[in-house]
Amino acid sequence: MEPFRTVRSVATPLDKINVDTDQIVPKQFLKLIQKTGFGKHLFFDWRFEKDGKPRRDFVLNDPQYRNSRILLTGDNFGCGSSREHAVWALQDYGFGVIISTSFADIFYSNCLKNGVLPIKVRQQTLQKLFETKSEIEVDLENQLIKLEDTKIPFEIESHWKKILLQGLDDIEITLKHEDKISKYEGSQANTKFQIS
Amino acid sequence: MAKTLFEKIWDAHVVDEQDGRSLLYIDRHLVHEVTSPQAFDGLRMNKRKVRRPDLTFATMDHNVPTTNRSLPIVDQTSAMQIQALERSCKEFGIQLFDINSPDQGIVHVIGPELGITLPGATIVCGDSHTSTQGAFGALAFGIGTSDVEHVLATQCIWMEKPKTFEIKIEGKRKNPHAVTAKDIILSIIKEIGTGGGVGCVFEYKGEVVSELSLEQRMTICNMSIEGGARAGLVAPDEKTFEYLRGRRYIPKNYDEYVEYWKENLKTDSGAKFDKSFTIHTDEILPQVSWGTNPAMTADVTGRVPFAQEYAKGNLEEEKAANRALQYMGLKPGTLITDITIDRVFIGSCTNSRLEDLIEASKVVKGKRISPKVQAMIVPGSQNVKRQAEEIGLDKIFKDAGFEWRESGCSMCLGMNPDILATDERCASTSNRNFEGRQGVGGRTHLVSPVMAAAASIYGHFVDVREMDLN
Repeated sequence: MEPFRTVRSVATPLDKINVDTDQIVPKQFLKLIQKTGFGKHLFFDWRFEKDGKPRRDFVLNDPQYRNSRILLTGDNFGCGSSREHAVWALQDYGFGVIISTSFADIFYSNCLKNGVLPIKVRQQTLQKLFETKSEIEVDLENQLIKLEDTKIPFEIESHWKKILLQGLDDIEITLKHEDKISKYEGSQANTKFQIS
Repeated sequence: MAKTLFEKIWDAHVVDEQDGRSLLYIDRHLVHEVTSPQAFDGLRMNKRKVRRPDLTFATMDHNVPTTNRSLPIVDQTSAMQIQALERSCKEFGIQLFDINSPDQGIVHVIGPELGITLPGATIVCGDSHTSTQGAFGALAFGIGTSDVEHVLATQCIWMEKPKTFEIKIEGKRKNPHAVTAKDIILSIIKEIGTGGGVGCVFEYKGEVVSELSLEQRMTICNMSIEGGARAGLVAPDEKTFEYLRGRRYIPKNYDEYVEYWKENLKTDSGAKFDKSFTIHTDEILPQVSWGTNPAMTADVTGRVPFAQEYAKGNLEEEKAANRALQYMGLKPGTLITDITIDRVFIGSCTNSRLEDLIEASKVVKGKRISPKVQAMIVPGSQNVKRQAEEIGLDKIFKDAGFEWRESGCSMCLGMNPDILATDERCASTSNRNFEGRQGVGGRTHLVSPVMAAAASIYGHFVDVREMDLN
C-alpha cells in the first residue's frame, strides 16, 4: 500500500444521506477479477444518462470538482453491500479522503485497507465544509482538516494512522504474530470448531 | 462479571490485542465467486498459502444463471468469475460446491444446511448478509475483499470491538402466518433507521424470538445489516441444536458440544448492553417498502407517505424521501393496496428456504397468477429445491403460473440474467430496495413470501391477513 500523504484540493459536495454501495458502483461492474479500472464506473447510474452522456445535474460532472480528491457526503455513507469494489472505484477515480458524519462499518474498514482515509466529523463541521468553496487540506500526521481561516481536528484509531502513514501491509503485520495464532489453534478454546 | 452472548464469543476468539484492536480467530470462512478473485490473486502475488483450507468452504451463487444448468453460461464475464473460483479452489485445496454440485446454493443458505454454521463459532464471508448465520448463535459478519485475503492467509481478522445492542421482540402475533419474521425485521428497521445499528452487534431476545423457527430467525438476522449492524445474534436453544443434528459437517461428538453450548452460549442475567430497543409484535401488520432503502416501509393498510410526513422535520430525510418517491414513481397518499406490480421474485438469502416456499405455496395453491404479472421462485439451494419438489411445491407454483428456477442469488441483486427492466415494479422477498438494485431503473418493494405470493394473484398488493393461510 502507498503511504498516505497530505491531500489538498477542493471538496466535492455529494449532499445525500445513506448512500449505499450499489450506487457507488452498480452490480454490472462487479464481474471484473482485478482491482483496477473501477473509477469510470463510479456512481455510474447517477453520473451518466442512458446514452452514456454525463448528467449535468450530478456533482461529479461539475468542472470545478474535476481534480477534487476529497469527497464530502451525508450520514451512513457506504451502507449495504460489502463490495470493496466501491472503495476501488472511489480511489481509482481520485478520491483519497471521504468526510461524513458516519460510515457503514464494512465500508469504513474497506477504505482503510486500501489507504483511503474516511473522516468522521460532527454535523456542524460537515455543514461548514459544505459551505467552503476554496481548497482544503487534510493532514493525517497532525489529524487536522485545514481551511483558510481555521483548523479542525479529527479522530482516527492510532493503529490505522500508523498503517496509513507508513503504507503497511496488514497481512505482513499479522504474520509476525504467527506463533500466537498457532498457539491459539492448539488451545482448548478453539478445538471444538475443528472439522472432524 | 456478567457478559452478553456476543462478549463471550468475542473473548473466546481473541488471539492477540494491539493498539486498541483485536486479532480475532475465524472458525469458518465462506467464499463466493464475486468478492474473492482479487483476494486469491493477492495470495499468489505474495506467494502465500491458505492457512486453513479445512475451515474454508466455497460456492458460486451471485452470478450463476437460474435457468437450465446443462447449458453453457452465456455471459462471458460471469463465466470467467466462476472459472476463476474453480481454479483457485483447486490450487489452494478448498472444498467447493460448484455449479453442478447437489449442495450448491446461496452461501448463507448452504452454511446452516450443511452444518458448517455452528453455535459459538466466528464466521465470515465476503458478503454483508453473512449476518444471517447469527440465527444459530454464531458471530457471523460480512467482510471486504482485503479481509477475505487476510483471513485466507492468517485465519484471523483485525477488528475493533463492536458495541452491543439488544433488540427485544415482545408480545403476541395475532396471525403468525400473515405477520412474518420479515414483517418484524422491516418494522424494526423502520423504527431504528438504516444507520441505527452502525458500530453494533444486535442480539435479538424476547418471547417471540423463542417461538420463531430457525428459518424465521435467519430472516431476521439476515437483515441486521439493513439496520446498520454488522452482525445479529440469537442465543441457541433446543430448536437450534435439533436443526443442526445429523447435518454433514457438525462435530462427531455433537451431544457433548450441545451440553457445552447450553451452559455457555447465553447472555448472563445482569449483563449490560450499550443500546436497547423493544418492539411489540401485537401492533405489527404485514409490511411493504415504498422507497429506496429498507427503512422506507409502510403497513399494508397504510398509504405512501408524503416526504415531509416521513421525515418528521429532518431535512436530509425529506430530500431523500422526495427522491425515492420520484424514483419509485409513486404519488404520496396512494393506498399501498392500490400499487400494481409487474414482477414477483420469491428468493434470496432472506426468504428462499423451505419454510418460506411452503408458506407462499399456501397462498397460491389452486389459483392462477394475474395475467399481468411475471413471477418466479428461486430456491435458496439445490437441497431446498429437491425438498420442495419432494412435497410437490414445484407443481403448485408451476400450476399457478410461476417459473420454477435453479438456486442462486438471482434477482436479489441481478448479477445474472434475472433483472428488472426500467420502470418495472417488483414485489420481492429480498433485502434491498436500493435504486437500480434489481436492474437499472427497476422498482423494488420488499415484502414477505406470503405477501409476494398474494400480490402475484391479484396484480397489486393485498393484505394477506384476509386470505386463508391454514
